[in-house]
Amino acid sequence: MIYDIVVIGAGVTGCMIARALSKYKLNIALLERTNDVAMGASKANSGIVHAGFDAKPGTLKAKMNLRGNELMEDVCRELNVPYKRNGSLVLAFAEEEMATLHELYDRGISNGVAGMSVLNREELLTVEPNIGDDAVGALRAETAGIVCPYSLTIAAAENAVANGVELFRNFEVRAIDFANDIFTLSSADRKIETKYVINAAGLFADEIAAMIGDNSLHITARRGEYYILDKSVGNLVTHTIFQCPSKMGKGILVAPTTHGNLLIGPSAIDIDDKDDVSTTAEGLKEVSTLALKSVPGASTRFAITSFSGNRAHEDKNDFTIEPSSVNGHFINVAGIESPGLTGSPAIAEYVENIMRNLIALQPKENYIATREKPFRYHLATDDERRAVITKNPSYGRIICRCESITEGEIMDAIHAPAGARDVDGVKRRTRAGMGRCQGGFCGSKVVEILARELGIEENAVTKFGASSDILYERTK
Amino acid sequence: MLKFDLVVVGGGPAGMAAALRARDCGIKDIIILERAETLGGILEQCIHTGFGLHYFGEELSGPEYAARFIELVEEQKIEYKTDTMVTDISEDKIVTAVNKEDGLLKIQAKAVILAMGCRERPRGALSIAGTRGSGIMTAGTAQKYVNMDGYMPGKKIVILGSGDIGLIMARRMTLEGAEVKMVCELMPYSGGLTRNIVQCLDDFGIPLYLSTTVIATHGTTRLEGVTIAQVDDKLQPIPGTEKYVECDTLMLSVGLIPENELTKNIGISMDRITNGAVVNEMRQTDHEGIFACGNVLHVHDLVDYVTIEAQTAGEGAAKYILGQQVKDPVYVNVTTGNGVRYTVPQMVNIKSKDDIKIYFRVGQIYKNSKVVLTCAGKVVSAKKKVKLAPGEMENVIIPDEILATLKETDEIKVEVAEV
Repeated sequence: MIYDIVVIGAGVTGCMIARALSKYKLNIALLERTNDVAMGASKANSGIVHAGFDAKPGTLKAKMNLRGNELMEDVCRELNVPYKRNGSLVLAFAEEEMATLHELYDRGISNGVAGMSVLNREELLTVEPNIGDDAVGALRAETAGIVCPYSLTIAAAENAVANGVELFRNFEVRAIDFANDIFTLSSADRKIETKYVINAAGLFADEIAAMIGDNSLHITARRGEYYILDKSVGNLVTHTIFQCPSKMGKGILVAPTTHGNLLIGPSAIDIDDKDDVSTTAEGLKEVSTLALKSVPGASTRFAITSFSGNRAHEDKNDFTIEPSSVNGHFINVAGIESPGLTGSPAIAEYVENIMRNLIALQPKENYIATREKPFRYHLATDDERRAVITKNPSYGRIICRCESITEGEIMDAIHAPAGARDVDGVKRRTRAGMGRCQGGFCGSKVVEILARELGIEENAVTKFGASSDILYERTK
Repeated sequence: MLKFDLVVVGGGPAGMAAALRARDCGIKDIIILERAETLGGILEQCIHTGFGLHYFGEELSGPEYAARFIELVEEQKIEYKTDTMVTDISEDKIVTAVNKEDGLLKIQAKAVILAMGCRERPRGALSIAGTRGSGIMTAGTAQKYVNMDGYMPGKKIVILGSGDIGLIMARRMTLEGAEVKMVCELMPYSGGLTRNIVQCLDDFGIPLYLSTTVIATHGTTRLEGVTIAQVDDKLQPIPGTEKYVECDTLMLSVGLIPENELTKNIGISMDRITNGAVVNEMRQTDHEGIFACGNVLHVHDLVDYVTIEAQTAGEGAAKYILGQQVKDPVYVNVTTGNGVRYTVPQMVNIKSKDDIKIYFRVGQIYKNSKVVLTCAGKVVSAKKKVKLAPGEMENVIIPDEILATLKETDEIKVEVAEV
C-alpha cells in the first residue's frame, strides 16, 4: 500500500500533525524509531505553555507561540490532558535586569501578548510569597500555562490512531528513495511507500532531510537537565518562575507541574551525541544552585528524580516549517525547540494548511475529535470509584502505592490505541512508578501485568524498548 | 459504614503481632488490612535465615517467621483482608480502603494501629549523574525478582550501600551464579549488621569499599558500567580517585524510609530523625487511639524487636478501647544526648506502673564506651558497651521505681560517654 502521508517522528510535533491530518480521508503512517511515542524532547522538557514574549517579533517561533498559546486550552480539553493557565513570572535580580524585563515586555507587546505587567518586589511578594530575597521585580504574564508534555503527545497519538493513523514503532528511517512521485522509506528491516513525507524527526530532522539531498538544516543537541521535587514542596509557588533569559535559552525555571510536583531546570549545554541524555554532576549542581536563588525552598533535598532531555536547536534559531527546496512533497518541520510544545497545535494547523495546497483534504464523516478521558483513581470521587470498581474490579486493585494507580488504569494504558509496550510507557501514561519510591514496589508488578496483557514472558518486558532489558533468565 | 474496635493497617510482622496482642488483651473485633496478596509483609521475600534468634530462640527464614504469626492469626480467627490498600485515615478514625472484591470500604474504628512498614530510598533521591537505562534497582526490588518471581535481574553486579538488604543480596546473587563485584559504602562504616558483613561478604570474598560511592552510571539502554570514587570526610567525591567498573546491574541499599503518608495526612506529629510518628511508651501517637509500630515508626534492625514493639502497641490499643489507660497522663520527653540520634518512645508517661524500655540508635561507631541514662539530673544507669554501631539498635531501661519519683518538669536523657 502507498500511504498518502508519512510523518517521521512521534514526538509532540509529529503526533499533533498526525492528529490534525487524521480529520481527513487520508492514509497516514506515523513512524517512530523507538518503542513509544514521546521518547525524545517531548518527554523531557519544562512543560510550559509560554506566553510568547521571548521570541523575536516576526519569527515563526513568535507566531507559533502566540497561536499555540491560544489553541492549547481547547486542545487539552479535547484530548483530556492536564493543563493549567498558572501564569509566569520572570524575575529580575538587579536593576539592570529590570531593564531586561521592560525589553521583554515591549517584545511581548510587539508579538501581541496580552496580560503582561511589570511588578516591583512588593507586588511580586503578594503573588508569590516564597520568592528569594534577591528578586527586585518581575515580569508577569497571565497567559502562560503548564501542560504535561508527554501526556499531550500520548493523547494526540491515541487520538490520531483512533482516527486511522497507523503507528509504526521501532521504525528508524535509514534511507529515502524518490521515484515516480513516490517516496520509499527504509528501515533496517522494513520499507514503506508514500506520496508525501512530513519530517518531524526532532534532533534528527537534518539527517532525515539529507536523505533526499536537502542539506539546508543543521541541528545541534542542546541538553537540559532537570530535577523533579516531591509533592510536599509542590505548592511553594503557583506561577512558573523564570530568571532573565540568556543566549542559550530561558534560564533556570522553578515550575509547578500539572501533577503537583515542582520542576527545576534546565541547564543548557550543546553536546555532540544527540542520543546522550545522561545527566552530569556539573549540570545538576548548576540547576540546584540557581533554582534556590529564585525560590529558596526549592531544595534538591526533596528530589525524587533527575533527568535530562535534548532540545533540537537549528542554526537559524527559528522553526523551519516548509516544503523542502529539493522536493516539494517533503515538508520539513525542524528546529522545534522551545516554544515547540506551546506551538505544537499551531504547527499542526500550519502544516495542515501547507498540505491543503498540495493534496485534497476531504473531511471524514466519522472523525473522533476527542480522546476519551482515562479513569484516574486518584482524581476520582468516592462515588465514581464505587461505580467503576463495580463494573471492573481491576480498578479496585492499587498497584502503585505512592500515586494510587490501579491495575485497571495500567491495563487501559496497555490496550489504548498507541498503548504502552514497556514499563516507562506505563509510567508516562498512568504515573505508576513516578512517585516517591520510583517504582521500587510497583515496578515488578508492572512487569507482570505487561507480560500478561501483551502475552509475552516477563523477561521479554523492557524498560523502554531496544535492549533495556529488566530481567534475564529464570533462576535455577 | 463498617465498624471495628481495632483496625490494623498492614499485615506484616508488626501488624500481626499487634493484632494478636490486642486479641489476648480482650479485643474481639479486629481487622487487619494488608496491601499485598498475602499476610507476612516483606518477610515473605526474605528467604534467608537469621530471623527469630531473640524472640523464638531459634533461627528461622523470613517466611517461617511470618508463618508462625499467620497461623496464630488464623487460629485466633482475626479477620483480615489482603490485596486491600488503605488510602485514607481521618482524624476521627474512619479508615478508607479499596480492593477488588469489596470496592471502596469505609470503616469506623475505635482505635487504629499503623503498621505500614517502610520503603527503600530510590536512585532518584541520590542524584547520581549519568544515564538512566535499565539495570538500576533497589536491593529489595532485586530480592523480589529473584526470590518471588524467579528471574535473574542481573549478572555483573555493583551494590551501593551496605544496608542489610544490600549485604543479603550480595550473597543471594552470588549463590544464584551472578558476579557481585563490590559493595560501596559512602560512610566510613557499614550500616548493616556485623553478622551480615561476615556471612554475606567476607565468606564469599566480596570486597566492601568504605568511604566510596557511585558518581555516574553508563550505558544508554541497559547499564554497562558505573564510575566509583572515594569520598572525603564531607562525603564529597575526591577528584582523581574515579574508577570505571563494568557491570550490568547497580543495586541500591541506601536507606529505608518509613511509609508515613497516611500518618502525615492525619496530622500526627512526626519525628524528623526517625521519619516516624512521635509516640509514648505504649506507641500511641499524639492522636489518642492511634498507635504506630514496626518499621513505619522507626527502621528496626531485627524483626524480633518489631514483634516486641508491636505487642506493646497492641496492648496499648486494647487498653485504650477498654478504657483501661492510665488516666490523666503526665509526659516527660526523652532527650538525646551525646552520640544518640533518636529514641523511641520519644516521651513517657511518668504515671506508668512498669519498667520502660527506651530503644535508640547511635550516630557513629563507638568502642569501649558506656550508655548513660540520666533522670532528673541523676545517673540511673551507665552500662559498659564494647561496641556501639549505627546499624544496631540499642536499648536502656527506666525502672518503674525511678519513674515514680519523676515530676513533669524533669528530664530523661540517653547519651553515650567515653569510659
